[in-house]
Amino acid sequence: MTYLGLLVGLPVAAVISQSAHHSFWSTVTQSHTVAVLEFTVGVALAAAVIDAVTGVALAWVLVRDEFPGKRVVNALIDLPFALPTIVAGLVLLSLYGPGSPLGVNLAGTRIAVLFALLFVTLPFVTRAVQPVLLSLERDVEDAAACLGARPWTIFRRIILPAITPATVTGASLAFARALGEFGSVVLISGNLPHTQIASQVIFQDVENGAPQAAAAIGVVLLAMALTVFVVIGLVTRHNTQRGG
Amino acid sequence: MSKFVLRYGVLGYLALLLVLPVGMVGYRTFEHGAGPVWDALSSHDAVSALKLSLLVTLIAVPINIVFGVFTGWLLARREMPLRWLVDALINLPFAMSPVVVGLAVFVLYSRTGWIGTYLFAHGIPVLFTWKAMTIATVFVSLPFVVREVVPVLEEIGTEQEQAAAVLGASQLQAFFRVTLPAIRWAVVYGTILTVARSLGEYGAVNIVSSNIVGQSLTLPLYVNNRVGQLDTTAAYSAGLLLAVISLLILVGMTAFSSRRIRQTQTGVSG
Amino acid sequence: MSIQVRDVSKSFGNFHALVDVSVDIAPGHLTAVLGPSGGGKSTLLRIIAGLETADRGAVLIEGADVTHVPTRDRGIGFVFQHYAAFTHMTVWENVAFGLKIAKTPRPRIKKRVSELLELVHLDGLASRYPSELSGGQRQRMALARALAVEPSLLLLDEPFGALDVKVRQELREWLRRLHDEVHTTTVFVTHDQEEAMEIADQIIVINQGRVEQSGSPNELYDRPANDFVMGFLGPVTTLAGRPVRPHDIHLATAVSPGSIPATLDRVVSLGFETRVVAIPHADAEPVTVQLTRNQIDELALEVGDTVYLRGQDGDRQQDRVVTEMHQDRAS
Repeated sequence: MTYLGLLVGLPVAAVISQSAHHSFWSTVTQSHTVAVLEFTVGVALAAAVIDAVTGVALAWVLVRDEFPGKRVVNALIDLPFALPTIVAGLVLLSLYGPGSPLGVNLAGTRIAVLFALLFVTLPFVTRAVQPVLLSLERDVEDAAACLGARPWTIFRRIILPAITPATVTGASLAFARALGEFGSVVLISGNLPHTQIASQVIFQDVENGAPQAAAAIGVVLLAMALTVFVVIGLVTRHNTQRGG
Repeated sequence: MSKFVLRYGVLGYLALLLVLPVGMVGYRTFEHGAGPVWDALSSHDAVSALKLSLLVTLIAVPINIVFGVFTGWLLARREMPLRWLVDALINLPFAMSPVVVGLAVFVLYSRTGWIGTYLFAHGIPVLFTWKAMTIATVFVSLPFVVREVVPVLEEIGTEQEQAAAVLGASQLQAFFRVTLPAIRWAVVYGTILTVARSLGEYGAVNIVSSNIVGQSLTLPLYVNNRVGQLDTTAAYSAGLLLAVISLLILVGMTAFSSRRIRQTQTGVSG
Repeated sequence: MSIQVRDVSKSFGNFHALVDVSVDIAPGHLTAVLGPSGGGKSTLLRIIAGLETADRGAVLIEGADVTHVPTRDRGIGFVFQHYAAFTHMTVWENVAFGLKIAKTPRPRIKKRVSELLELVHLDGLASRYPSELSGGQRQRMALARALAVEPSLLLLDEPFGALDVKVRQELREWLRRLHDEVHTTTVFVTHDQEEAMEIADQIIVINQGRVEQSGSPNELYDRPANDFVMGFLGPVTTLAGRPVRPHDIHLATAVSPGSIPATLDRVVSLGFETRVVAIPHADAEPVTVQLTRNQIDELALEVGDTVYLRGQDGDRQQDRVVTEMHQDRAS
């Protein structure tokens, strides 16, 4: 307990106290900072939403479909967890950056940032939804089919409600991760003013000897991420209470 | 019909986002043959980066395993007064951006930091050394073992431990002979995740490192450094090395994942 | 090994599991603690074992107060309902566990474990893992494991509750035979009165945290201390407001002194025994009577007949009066 407090609590407290400087509000409300924060939240949100859709689709295919090599594909989903973020950045740079065999150059674009975030957040929704899909009893769907429901209706009315809590949890985790992502974005975003995300600004501020400004933005990010976690906690508890 | 659309749509997404990029790194690395790759990897800077990465990992991982098992046991088997706080602190590294973690360690150990003032007064440099990098790494890879161990402990219940007690075992004996073996796959899986995170950490370590090539760069930092120096061969070589290690980790994850799930579901020994 | 429990009380929050319970366990005997689920019997057993601590009261083993002695020092063997097998150890290692903890020399461990595995008929399965065994085999392993350290007291918590009916019956008889061979003081908890009646020397009935009665199976069955014990140990039906055993009711087609007229409502044949339900004319409470096949054949009854019921107990004096027989045929 003390160990935890020392290791985790203390540094966090240090950051917060560091940010509690009279320049907190001026830093945070500075127009560039605001723009960066807006972009960070926006692109993280976009990634989370896309993840929700692709994650469910992926989970569906992995649970309900059969094809050769499925087990390999299932294992690959965890790759973003295993791969260092900087390598992820390198990887995306090689395919979508200058000299790309696909003939595109997305380096320095906002889309590239989105791609990086999609890469690192790929597993979250899928891994959250898979167990739920696996545990769904097919009887209910069969019953609905006997009663005349078409596949899409069954999906919408029976399956979707069952997997929504897991999808929301997964997407929230993806969002929290994307908010703070750094290594994978660094190489491909080019650190231009309109492609900068918050973590890059924090990094720059530290390098430039302005830890208070960095701390200010860091606290904002932390607050946002913690809110997400609280929401996840509430959703999970509400769900278990309903016997979800 | 829609089944195939879905299947190939999904596979296509994976290919574009995951498979092709990773494959590209392999291609790019060996674009000019294997020779330059070997030269790059055996260079002093690359080797020193690898060594530093291993050093940090070899310290951070055991710390987190011991902490993880111990804390996991406390959480699952004992009533804790501030349980919600412990939970929050354990999950905090997940919520924090790596640069914020780095910033936190930086602030704490800087010359004017709460711990830093004391350290600097006694001439113990920590910030910008491998020690700070290790601290940051321990922080970010903290949760994995705990999060794996707690559900397993809760699932298997205390009956086996009670049986051991009746048969004459002390608490310590019961822990090492019964509890620990029962959770071993969860610990293994958690360790694999911890290793992956420790080896691959970039943002947090970057901030607290002095970033001197050949001296205080871990492998991920080295990759970034080489990209900045436009030494693409070295960057891709190191990147590929890390990717290969990750793939091995991935294989480990897949292999042990089924064992740990089986263990929780049926209490079966792997 | 004499066990005494003195005025033990235990509560879990607002739930009173045991209230002022005192029992004496006869040494060398097979005792059953019988009662409905949630009645407190498992709690009592676990307090004797030291797996739970009583809020008040004392546990004495051979006259010594062991209330605060930790479970591992009590010299007790415990068998759990769900086996509590060490899943990562083989059958052999499971049984040897207690001996290893006691630092028994290797050759002795080998001898003892082999003996025990033979005793419980698991000798061919020593290198298997518990997950590869059936429920009955696992429980036998658990028994061998408990016996390995030569406990002076063997406690079993609903040991056959998780098993199939047939396996339950086999193991129940087998436990009795084992006890006859080994003679360790044994206490087992069950909610199955048939199990208790069949193999126990002494039965302690516990309900809602209190001891209802303690004695031999016949004592409890023939002379129940109260309605609860009577109802729990065997079938009960109410005749003229009094509880009586269905097989103690005399059913005749002729009136006799003190007999109660009733209309035959249902005849259920269950193989060797027949259950007859009759509704007395005086009150509408159905009375169940248990008859043998022969008795039923001799009486030649049909639904709607009037019959005469009399509770059989040795204290009642009867005069014999002969009456006509009615026949109401159901149309």
